Amino acid sequence: MSESAASERSESTTILFLRHLTSIAYLFRDTMRWAIVKPLQGKPLRLRAALIQMDEVGVKSIPIVALVSFVIGIILVLQTAYQLEKFGAINYAASLAAVALTREMAPLLTAIVVAGRVSAAFTAELGTMLVTEEILALEVMAINPVAYLVVPRFIAMLVMLPCLTVLADLIGMIGGYAVGTTAVGIRSSLYIQNTIDALLLKDILTGLTKSVVFAGIIAMVGCYMAFVVRGGAEGVGKATMISVVTSLISIILADCFFTTVFYLFF
Amino acid sequence: MAENQPMIQVRKLVKSFDGRVVLDGIDMTVESGKVTAIMGGSGCGKTTLLRHLIGIMRPDSGEILVKGKDITRFDETELDAYRKRFGMLFQMGALLNSLSVHDNIALPLREHTKLDEKIIGVMVKMKLELVGLRDFEHLKPSQLSGGMQKRVALARALALDPEIVFYDEPTSGLDPVVSGVIDQLIMDLSHRMNITSVVVTHDTRSAFKIAHRMVVLYRGKVVADGPPEAIRESTDPLVQQFIAGSPDGPIPLRQSSRDYLEDLLDME
Repeated sequence: MSESAASERSESTTILFLRHLTSIAYLFRDTMRWAIVKPLQGKPLRLRAALIQMDEVGVKSIPIVALVSFVIGIILVLQTAYQLEKFGAINYAASLAAVALTREMAPLLTAIVVAGRVSAAFTAELGTMLVTEEILALEVMAINPVAYLVVPRFIAMLVMLPCLTVLADLIGMIGGYAVGTTAVGIRSSLYIQNTIDALLLKDILTGLTKSVVFAGIIAMVGCYMAFVVRGGAEGVGKATMISVVTSLISIILADCFFTTVFYLFF
Repeated sequence: MAENQPMIQVRKLVKSFDGRVVLDGIDMTVESGKVTAIMGGSGCGKTTLLRHLIGIMRPDSGEILVKGKDITRFDETELDAYRKRFGMLFQMGALLNSLSVHDNIALPLREHTKLDEKIIGVMVKMKLELVGLRDFEHLKPSQLSGGMQKRVALARALALDPEIVFYDEPTSGLDPVVSGVIDQLIMDLSHRMNITSVVVTHDTRSAFKIAHRMVVLYRGKVVADGPPEAIRESTDPLVQQFIAGSPDGPIPLRQSSRDYLEDLLDME
């Protein structure tokens, strides 16, 4: 193992990056095979395991996602009100907050919060299992580690992140309403009316599309980084850190890409 | 005739990593229903050999015949079928820490059989009774001592009633009494249930006690192969040094290939 680490170091970072990229693609392909193709061939999906993961990554993320989105709602309304005041259009702070939340802030910030929690947890848990030979033991028991460990986590993320995003949309708007009708001084009924008028199904759906992609990134990066852990507890720690950083950067890059696409074509 | 067919035959197995030859033409046989010990010092290739036997690694050349079929050419489905027929005891147990003792042993049964929970429960109890740990069914692996974890892992390895059980360092890190218990379990399984055992170990005391046949590896080659008595009386100085555990002999203490003086002078 030390030799392979040494030979990796001597390779250029570009090649290393491309190699990781192909490996992640392979893991993704395997995940899809066990999540879609094999169940069609009669191998049951591990829904029980997926439910446990949904609780772990979804339900337990609710408090932190709620807190962050509430605060973001407040910040959005205050910041836009500050600008709109100059145009005498302060009432539109409600509409702006609603659009910004559903299209951008709720999906992105939810993904970032969950990436920190979940990528790290996936990598640390599966990485430790790799180090203690638990993953090898699964393989030797003819239990595919991707099917047993990755697919339930992948499904859980794909289901829960959009749910959390909807929650963040809602709580963000409540946060905005709370500060908009008090500190900013918009009439309650007007605030609600403006919010409803500004909300388009399209905005919500593009936001949710993004969150599905982010969910895939978090699950794949989190699990992949676990499988490349080298050498004991230190390796797990390092991989966990790389996993969080990689999923954060990937999420923001993907967000930029999708925002551009949605802006240009929808 | 079929009864005399060896369970596993390894022929001219070669494997190298990054140009370093780890297995250098291994030939060995494992007889059905017997305990075969694969021995050797650290880094002699015994773990690599074991990983080939369980189908985790593929050799550069050579073949491994299990009941006459070459497992090195198996595809994924065939390998899975093969893996359901053997059990493996890992060095550290490798129990799933998130599952209870019961669920760990039930795991292969739930995955590979359609038995209902009641029957699985009975089978789990039977396997635990075999290793003497029936009272610990509902604990997590982390609540058990190292020796108990290994016994639970052995119960898990036996869950599907395998024909072959592979043991990776079954006695390492255990006190003499627990080592003795594990040795006794391995012998019992082979005598009473006719299970073929392959034990990879560097614990010579345990190996002489349990093995019907011993294979000694050194630097990726088989240096001795035969029943324990023959190994004990071997005149090969390598084998003698290994058995006696003496620091003096043909096995070099230092692993570096370069000349010491040259290495020192080379430093800037």
